[in-house]
Formats: sequence, C-alpha cells, structure tokens
Amino acid sequence: MAAALTVDCRKTFPGRFTTAAQLVLPLDHPRVLILFGPSGSGKTTLLRCLAGLEWPDEGRIQFGSTTWIDVAANIRLSPQARRIGYMPQDYALFPTHTVTGNIEYGLSDLPTAVRQERVRELLALLQLQGLEQAKPAQLSGGQQQRVALARAIARRPQLLLLDEPLSALDAPTRVKLCGQLRVLLTQLAIPAIVVTHDWAEALTLGDTIAVMNAGQVLQVGSPQEVFSRPANAEVAQIVGIETVVQGLVVANDNGLATVSVNGTMLKGLGADVSGSAVYVCIRADDVLLEQAGSGITSARNYLFGLVTEILPQGVLVTVTVDCGFLLRAMITRGAREDLGLERGSTVVAAIKAGAVHLVSRSA
Amino acid sequence: MNWIAIAVTFKLALLTAAVLLVVGLPIAYWLTFSKWRWKFIVESVVALPLVLPPTVLGFYILVAIGPHSPVGRFYSDLVGHPLPFTFEGLLLASILYSLPFAVQPIAAAFAQVDHRLIEASWTLGVSKLKTFFRLIIPLSTAGLITGAVLSFAHTLGEFGVVLMVGGNIEGETRTVSIDIYDEVQALNYAGAAKTALLLLAVSYGVLLLVYAMNRKVWAVWPQR
Repeated sequence: MAAALTVDCRKTFPGRFTTAAQLVLPLDHPRVLILFGPSGSGKTTLLRCLAGLEWPDEGRIQFGSTTWIDVAANIRLSPQARRIGYMPQDYALFPTHTVTGNIEYGLSDLPTAVRQERVRELLALLQLQGLEQAKPAQLSGGQQQRVALARAIARRPQLLLLDEPLSALDAPTRVKLCGQLRVLLTQLAIPAIVVTHDWAEALTLGDTIAVMNAGQVLQVGSPQEVFSRPANAEVAQIVGIETVVQGLVVANDNGLATVSVNGTMLKGLGADVSGSAVYVCIRADDVLLEQAGSGITSARNYLFGLVTEILPQGVLVTVTVDCGFLLRAMITRGAREDLGLERGSTVVAAIKAGAVHLVSRSA
Repeated sequence: MNWIAIAVTFKLALLTAAVLLVVGLPIAYWLTFSKWRWKFIVESVVALPLVLPPTVLGFYILVAIGPHSPVGRFYSDLVGHPLPFTFEGLLLASILYSLPFAVQPIAAAFAQVDHRLIEASWTLGVSKLKTFFRLIIPLSTAGLITGAVLSFAHTLGEFGVVLMVGGNIEGETRTVSIDIYDEVQALNYAGAAKTALLLLAVSYGVLLLVYAMNRKVWAVWPQR
C-alpha cells in the first residue's frame, strides 16, 4: 500500500457536537487537502488532533508507517515527535524573538553554520531579507504570515498544517498572498492540510477538498467535483456555488477577462487574475434564463444551450443547461412555466460579467 | 542602629528570595498548567501563609522541626545541633511564610503567556522543559522580579514567625523587627524610630520597583 495519512478519530468537547473524521491523504504525490466548512464545523479541532495538540477520545491517526495516535492501543505521539509544520490562525509568533529568532527557534539541534544557512535560504524564499532583526510587532500582517510560514517549514516537516492561513489579512492582501501561497506549496512539495471557510481560497489552494459541517466530513473530492456535484443538499448549501468549471483566460482587457470553457467564451471580472488557468465560478442565483431570440440586456454573457435536467427544490427549480459545460441556474417555478422549460428545450442563459468569478489556478 | 540585626535581616531576606525563586518556579508552573482536578487543594495550602496568624504558622513549624519530630531528629543527627533557634531554621520558616508572595505573581505571569505560543513551540519539536526556559521564562520576567522582590520585602518585615522559630539571638536570629520591639520595650524610642524609618524606606523603595515593573507605559523613559 502506498504511503498515506489515515485519519479515523472522534473528539467531543463538553457541550458541543462530536467531531468525527475519516480521511485518507496519499503522501506519495504531495497534495494539498482543504478542510472546508463554516466556522465551528470542527475543522480546527481536526487539525489540532493532527498536530497532537488535542487528543481524540477514540480512533487512530496513522502517518505512513508511524502511528501518531491509537487510543485503543494507548499510543500517543507528542507534537514534538510528529515532525510537522503547524501554523495557527493568528500565527503565534514569539514576541520576544526577532524574525530570525522565530525562524531558527526549532533548529537549535543543528550546527550554527547549517542553521544560519537554512535561515538565509528561508529569508530569501519568503522575501524577508532586511527584516532579520525586526520583532513581530513591527511587521505588517503579510510579513507576519510569511515569518510564520518560514518558521513552520524550517525543520523540513513531513506534513504542513495551516489553520486559516490568510484570514488575519485584509481582503486585497489576501487575494495576492493566496496566489503566492499556492506557488509556494507547489514548490515545497510537502503534503499540506489547509483549513479555510473561504471558497475562493479553497479553490486556489486545494487539490482535494473535504467539506465539513457540525463535526462531520460530508464529502471529499476534487474542487470541481465538490462544488459542481455536491453529495447532498447540506454540502450544496455549504459550498454555495453551483457551477465551478476549469477555463483558460484568452484575453484580459482592463480587468474584464475573456475565458474559454470547453470552447464556450465567457466574460468575467479578471482584475485579480494571474496566469491563464482559472476556475470559473457562477452561482445559480445569478443566472437568468430566456427564450432563445428575445431582447438585448446589459448582461455580457449569452450562452445558448439545451436543458438537460430540471430539479424542483421547494418554490425554486434548479435547471441544468449544457452550453459547452454544465451550467446550473436557479429560477422560480412560475418562471419555468412561463418559459415552458422541459428537458431538451433550447434556452439562452444570461450572466452579468460581475457574477462570473474567476479564481486563478496557475502553477 | 543595630547594624548586626540589619545585616541578619538582609541576609535572611536575600536568601529567602533566592531560594523561593528556584523553588517557586516548578510550583508556579505546576499550579498554572496542571489539569489535575484536585489542584485547588494544593493552591489553598500554598496560599495559607497569607491568612494564617504568623504565630500559628510559627508554632507548627517549631513543632515540625523540633527535636521530637522525625525531621528535627534527622537534621540534628546530620548536623549535630537542632534546627529551631538557628539561622537555618529561621530561613526554612521564612521560605514557607513567604511562599505565596513568590509563587502567586510567578503563576499569574505564567498564566498570562498565550497558550498558542507554547503549542507553537511544541510543534517546532521543542520539549516542554526547553519551552519553559526559552519561551515561558522570558515572557514572564516581570512576574519573576515581582515574586522575588515581594518575598524579599515580606521577609524584611516578618515578626511573629521569627519570634516563634528563631527566638532572639544576637547575630543569629535577631532581625530588625525584633530589634525595634526590643527598643520600644526598653523605652528607647529614638533608637526604634531610626530602625523603623530604615525599614519603611526600604519597603517603600521595593514596592516602587514592583509597581514600576508592572506598568504598561513608562513615564520616565519610553519602552523600546
């Protein structure tokens, strides 16, 4: 069997739901697993169990051939012995140590020359030169995040655990650093588990997404799978985006990007887009359906397609349209009757460019 | 002024503060970080000298180290003379008497250390003991100094315990507070006043240091 991280454990805090997780993360091709879900869904608890900072009440965690915890067999490997890189939500930089002091904190067993060389490498990799002697309080949010990352990867960990790595930053910095973090994670080639509640971050960073709610792992799959084919209504509600497809940016004029999805051209807001590979994300609420051949509106995207599926959901109906890719639209029952929509009907889907969200997937 | 009594007092206070700084660290660490459900029992024992009359504490220490107790017998077999009414006996009593004055500020400082920093240190492969010395101690310096200074100041002024355990032996166990009492008994108010003033000045100076240490904003020079 190929090396893998196998998690099967439960943890209950008094007065809260039980966090129960069953996950397998292959370790031979380093991948990024996203724990995705609303706040309080048990993502951080699971991450802390992996870091050895919480002890599960039952179950086991196996990393390759090493057992990290096996409650039944009374095996408990301390956080010190797990060789992990853990970055908590607010970074937890040591206020009494300088940037260099923070980065080399876990390297005290290395000879001085080797340690200094490693610190130099990390300062260069994370663009922290010139800040060696600064204290954490003197750094910006983005710089603090990079120091915390440098410290976490300094010991060449076998697994990286990042808890909401971008949530402490303001929105513009977050978008910029999210792309940089993706590049860095790919470069490092260390398996990583990242906790986030932000779908754009999940799509940018993740190779696999595990959707969590109320302590349960509801679905595990590729970002496209999880977003476009949620396992059940609960997952659909949590991810909140019904159409996620891969696309290629073919032009980007003044922030309005033209994206090709299986040959269908779409316009979306691309001010934050770098590189050409993107995920195109569209909420079903943002899609208008019209009968083919009707009037002109302000929408930038007119997609001709065939209705392939109609799913009633209360007063609403989810209509799937094949317009080169599968697009989901959410309309009222009345609208469906007025349009006379059936399977096989020809429709035009109109989407404003502002409702087409592009998430970079370079690297 | 009785300089011999002053010398004995400062020697006693310095040694008490030094011993408490060493003994207080593990006790404060355990009190702060232990998750034992009956921890409050130990907490109450440590805090007992705060509320117990010094004569009561002194009485029990006297009995505990006296020639009829196993501890007292062991000590006199080892050293050749009994523990009560010696400087060593007085030092032991002072350490017990000032224990909460050292342990409580240190424990409070430890409790102030953000637990996430401690966890971050553990995940970086640093043992609990090394985390204590490399992270918790540097973050608790104000508490350590407060603990040492308060136990020093508290020992300077002790009276009841000294009288019970140390007696009143010139150059050995006669401390400043006993000396002042003696002077007043002998109606030598001038002598008592001088010594009392010295004790007042030193105590005030020590408290100034404690409060200045724990200030967030420095009025005299800016925090760097």
